[in-house]
Parts: sequence; C-alpha cells; structure tokens
Amino acid sequence: MNQNNVLYVDLERKSFYVKNRSDLFNEWLGGVGVALQLYKEEAVKGSAPLSSGNVIVFAVGPLTALYPLASKVVAVFKSPLTGNYGESHAGGRSATAIRSAGYGAILIKGVSDRPIYLVISEKGVQFKDAATLWGMRSTFTAGRVLREASPGTGVRTIMRIGRAGEKLVRYACVVSETYRHFGRMGLGAVFGSKKLKALVIHGKSSMRMPKIKAYRDVYDEIYDLAVKSGSMKKYHELGTPMNILPINALGALPTRNLLEARFEGAENISGEDLAAKKLGRRVACSHCPVACIHLATIREPYPDEPYFYKTTFVSYDYELLYSLGSMLGISDINGLLKLMDEVEIGGLDAISTGVALAWATEAYKKGLIKLNDLVVDLDWGKADAYREAVKLIVDQPNEFYKALAMGVDHSSKIYGGRDFALSFGGNEMPGYHTGPASHIGYLIGSRHSHLDAAGYSIDQKMKGLSPEEMVDKLIEEEQWRQILSSLVICYFARGIYEPSIVKKALDVLGYEFDEERLKELGRCIYREKQALKASEGFRPSELRIPERIFEVPSFRGLIDKNYMKAALDHYSKIFNKIVATE
Amino acid sequence: MKRLVIMDAERCVGCQLCMFACSRRLGFAGLDKSALHVKSVGGFERGFTVVVCRACIDPPCLRACPVDALRARDGGGVILDLSKCIGCRFCERACDIGAVFWDDSMNKPVICVHCGYCVGYCNFRVLGVEGMISR
Ligand code: SF4
Ligand code: SF4
Repeated sequence: MNQNNVLYVDLERKSFYVKNRSDLFNEWLGGVGVALQLYKEEAVKGSAPLSSGNVIVFAVGPLTALYPLASKVVAVFKSPLTGNYGESHAGGRSATAIRSAGYGAILIKGVSDRPIYLVISEKGVQFKDAATLWGMRSTFTAGRVLREASPGTGVRTIMRIGRAGEKLVRYACVVSETYRHFGRMGLGAVFGSKKLKALVIHGKSSMRMPKIKAYRDVYDEIYDLAVKSGSMKKYHELGTPMNILPINALGALPTRNLLEARFEGAENISGEDLAAKKLGRRVACSHCPVACIHLATIREPYPDEPYFYKTTFVSYDYELLYSLGSMLGISDINGLLKLMDEVEIGGLDAISTGVALAWATEAYKKGLIKLNDLVVDLDWGKADAYREAVKLIVDQPNEFYKALAMGVDHSSKIYGGRDFALSFGGNEMPGYHTGPASHIGYLIGSRHSHLDAAGYSIDQKMKGLSPEEMVDKLIEEEQWRQILSSLVICYFARGIYEPSIVKKALDVLGYEFDEERLKELGRCIYREKQALKASEGFRPSELRIPERIFEVPSFRGLIDKNYMKAALDHYSKIFNKIVATE
Repeated sequence: MKRLVIMDAERCVGCQLCMFACSRRLGFAGLDKSALHVKSVGGFERGFTVVVCRACIDPPCLRACPVDALRARDGGGVILDLSKCIGCRFCERACDIGAVFWDDSMNKPVICVHCGYCVGYCNFRVLGVEGMISR
C-alpha cells in the first residue's frame, strides 16, 4: 500500500510504468496538491482539453484507507467546459480501491486509437477492448457488464462514462459505483476524447501501522465524532436534501432559471418528503460511517402488460433537486426522479444539465429559440419534455443541441439570452442564491463551484462584511480546503477534520505538520492553482456576471453591483500579485 | 463463547468499516487481513452481502485441512495455527459460504476468531455478538 507510487498510463502506446514520487507526496501530501504537480509536469501546455495533450490525474491522500472519511479521489484535468483548470472529486469505492491497489496517484495521458477500458491492480494495467461497451445507452448497463467481467468484487471501483462522455458533451461526468460522480467540469468528455470508456481499479493490500495504539486512539476519536457529533447528523438522516426547505425559506433556492428564488413546490421535493415517500435505501462510500447517499425508488407499471412493474433506484441530493427540480419548476416527484434517472443513464453533470435546460426554456419563451430547433416543447414543470431534451443533449441531432452540449455560456453567445445564462467562469451555477458571497465564490473559486469556498455559508452567517473582507474570507476558506482536498477528506466531514485532528492523524504516520505548516501549504496550493489558471489564459477582468442575479432578491436582498465590482477588483489585485510572484 | 452474527444484512450500507476494523485489530490499515467481507449484490442499489464465519460446530474447513492447522474453537468455528499452515487453500475451498478469506501477502487464510471488534464500528446494527453455550 505504497501511497508514494504513481502509475503512469499512456493510452496511445498502451503502456504503463510505476514510479516512486515520494518527492511529491512529502511536499504536497497527496490529493489535489500532488495531482496539480503531476498535471503541470505531464500536460502539454496550451493544448486543447479534448486533444491528446490533456492528461487526467487521479490522486488519493495519506489518510485514505487509514481513517474514516478520507474517502474522496481528486481528479485534475483541463476542463472542456471552461477551457481551463478542471478539478472534480468523487467517492464511492474509488479512493480505497486506488490506495489498496498500491497507488497514490494515477496519471493517464494520450489518446487510444479505439475504445478501451483499463483494469488496474497491483500488477499494473490491462488494456481491454471496449468496442462493445461503446455506444451503450445506459451507464447502468455498462456498469453491469464491467461488474460481471472484472475481478475484485467488493474491493474495486468501476468508473465509467455514458454516451454523453463518448459524444463529448462538455459537461459529461464520470460515474463511479453507479451513484457517485466526478460530476463537474466535464471529465466525462475528456475520457470520451481519449476513447476511454472505463477504469476498473481493484486491490486489497494493507499496511502495518507504526504506532498502533496511537493510531487506534485517533481512529476512534474521528469515528466517534463522525457517528455521534451533531455536525454529521444532517447528512446522516435526510442527507443533503434536508437543505431544500431551509434554503427555500431564506428565498435563496433558484427557481425557473432564477426568475424567482422561492419555489412553491419546495415541499414536494424536500428531503423530508422524499424520505417519507420515496427513500428506498441508503448507501455509503468506502470507509464512511455516515451513509449520506440516499436512493429513492420509483415503481412504474408497464403500460403494455398488466401486473408488471419495474423498480428503479435513483440517488438524490440537494444539487439535483435544485438543478433538475426547482430550476425547471418541477415539483412532480415521480417526474423529477425519472428525469434524474435519465441524466444518470446518459452520464451528464446534473447541475450543468439543469441550468442549460432552464436557460433553453427561458430563451424559447422569449423567442430566441424556435420550436423546430428545440424539437420538444419545453415548459416549466413538464418533466417528460425535459427528459426528452436530456436525450437530445446526448444525441445532439441538430445545431441547437450541439451548442447546448457545449454549455450555457457557449449557447447564449450564439442564441442570445446572455443576461440569464447562469454561468460563472464557464461553469453552470450551483443552487444557492444566498447573496453576494455565493456569487463571488462561483466567480473567483478555482473551479467556479460552490465547493471552492462555500460562499453560501458566509452569506448566511456573516453580516456587514466589506467586499474586501468577504473576498479575503472566501480565499481563506478555499486555502484550507486545499488541505482537505490534499488529504481527500470528504467536505461533509470538514467539521470533524479540524486542523488539530488533521495534525494528530498525520502525526501517527510520522508527518511533521503543525497547524501553521498545514495552513501555509494550503495557501501555497491555492497560489499554484491561480498561477496555473493564469498560464492557461484565465483573466479575472474577463469574468462575466449574469445580469439575472441582480434582478431577483437573494436572501441578503438585492445584490449590489458596486459591491460585486469592488469584490472582483480586490480579487484581481490578489490574483495579479500571485501571478507576478509565482 | 461469543460468536459474531449478522443481525440484518438489509441494513448494511456498504461502508466497509467492519472490514477495516478487522484488519486494524491486528495492527494493519487496509482490507487484506479482514475476516469478513462486504460486497454489493450486483450493484449498490440491490444492497449488500455480508459474509462472516458462521462458527460451525462441525467446520468443513477444519476437516479439509491436511496438516491440522485448524482446530475446533470452543463455541464453534476454528482457530488457525499459522505455524502449521502450508497455504494450500483447501480450507478456503471447503467453506460453503466463502467465509475463509485469503491474505495474499502472507499466503495464509484469514478466519474470524469471533472477537467482536468489528461490531463496535458498524453504525447500522448489521453485526452483533451472540453468546453461545459452550459445547
Ligand atoms: S469478530 Fe473479530 S475476527 Fe471476526 S470479523 Fe469481526 S473483528 Fe474480524
Ligand atoms: S460496518 Fe456494518 S454497514 Fe458498514 S459494511 Fe460493515 S456490516 Fe455493512
């Protein structure tokens, strides 16, 4: 279980080698810290995201498989959606599998001449033909075939793309273990461009722990916090959908392409309602005692056969209920679940898909798009029509859907409706219209996501911050999250992995990281990311703020343009300073 | 003697904390020293199979061992004597429920000793310990 080993895979030459990179892991811990460096070493500078020069790096951290909740894998790549730095995290069994197969990171480069999938273990890489899997309609079916065909049951991850990835939808995702995703920023399309259908990674190696008593003690402390402390309760019980009603009550739940920020159907799509009526099973990522993954069941009769039903499981989270629910005005829960299922079948990022469809609906209603282009008559609340549209995004039968498959920023450049194209830095908007901090966060966050710095939390908790103070707060949070992401700790456990606990967990392994050194490393990784983004062409001055966010009151009231401008100016200064010194 | 039992496998969320606990019991982090195994029943949505030793009173694994490395445990199941084991994998094949696991790094079986350590880390009450009348 040597976490310092990096597996280098070349898809073009169908070759691989393993190299000990303790130099990187000692300096950058693991996860995003290491992945970023590997990306910088191997990606061909300036190459297009879907060209052979792009690389994909997966990395886990020193705590993976050792402690609970160090359960994520960080993927770093160039995003085909934003055209710049791409980063995405997923759980499932991927983190344990990579570490137990004996690797700290896996780097994939080149393009295969034909569809393939890889089986990765301690022994190395097998390159398998994926001609039969390519083009399969459903990610579920592909997963099923791979499960049957591959070794390592119980100790493996199966990451795969759907047809959206094959057809290079710029926000296609990579699915792992059916219900977890490298969702954002289009990793699925990068897989597709490399003709890489899937990765099966399996292994079960272990490692003798040095200070076993200390290890067990720290383990128990973390475990107890995870199962007993209130901080995990919401994820444990209702899961992230418990946020639907509170966010809606704040007037911060984007509804119908953010024409409103309160959804009259919120009750129907709330975590409470779903748990009462639809929750069928809960599952967990490997080494997570919380089990936040909630699966709803839909039971449907077959129209052509009496007493014949099918039962489908659909995983639901806050982000999906927002993007495919309130954002599209859908409160019919069965319709919504079936829509989510279709997004899963095709292998799309749910947030980007929902935001793209919301923009398309409004643009259509405003006469910017013709029904002929749209093919289906989209209207708020009509889940069936949206389901057809999801298939069309995957299929791209005409110019309009080809454009929509590139994201709303791109589509609105062609068809108009820029003011209500809810994209930030090229990435579609997450589900929080809480106030200025959430939106500044989307704009300045390294991956233009609510996950970078959780601005929604600042909006809710802190009043009276100047624009400069707010930006500083966001950056400080993002910098600490670089440590969490280098240790690949699930963000839901950020309340558990406080600096003091992180230090203890690392101490057992012989790392000498005091809290200040950890924080300095976080700042350093943050600076590295900004510098990388600059070198790939990112300029804060080019950030576009969709007019729509100023038109609809947020939880913090109408957002002030001058405030936003001052915040971005402050960020620009910080960014430029970093770029000048790095 | 106590015995590890499955209370309700339907409650299993597949977190594998029990498996990690079992390896940790021996001072290891990871999965290959684990004497129980959790795998999905063909996809996460179908739930999980939890394979644990049933502490047979007349254990087939014991009968299969050609070198008497396994002896009957008080209360059912077996105790492994590593020094006798030749790594032939007969016991692994003999167990009908697949509860004899294999430690590849040592080339020896891993068999549950019914200590109950894993139970303390199952947050979903899948596992339990049952007292058994000594035979
Ligand atoms: S009872 Fe003890 S030996 Fe058996 S599976 Fe649990 S921890 Fe392992
Ligand atoms: S700890 Fe419990 S819930 Fe988790 S895998 Fe083991 S038996 Fe299942």
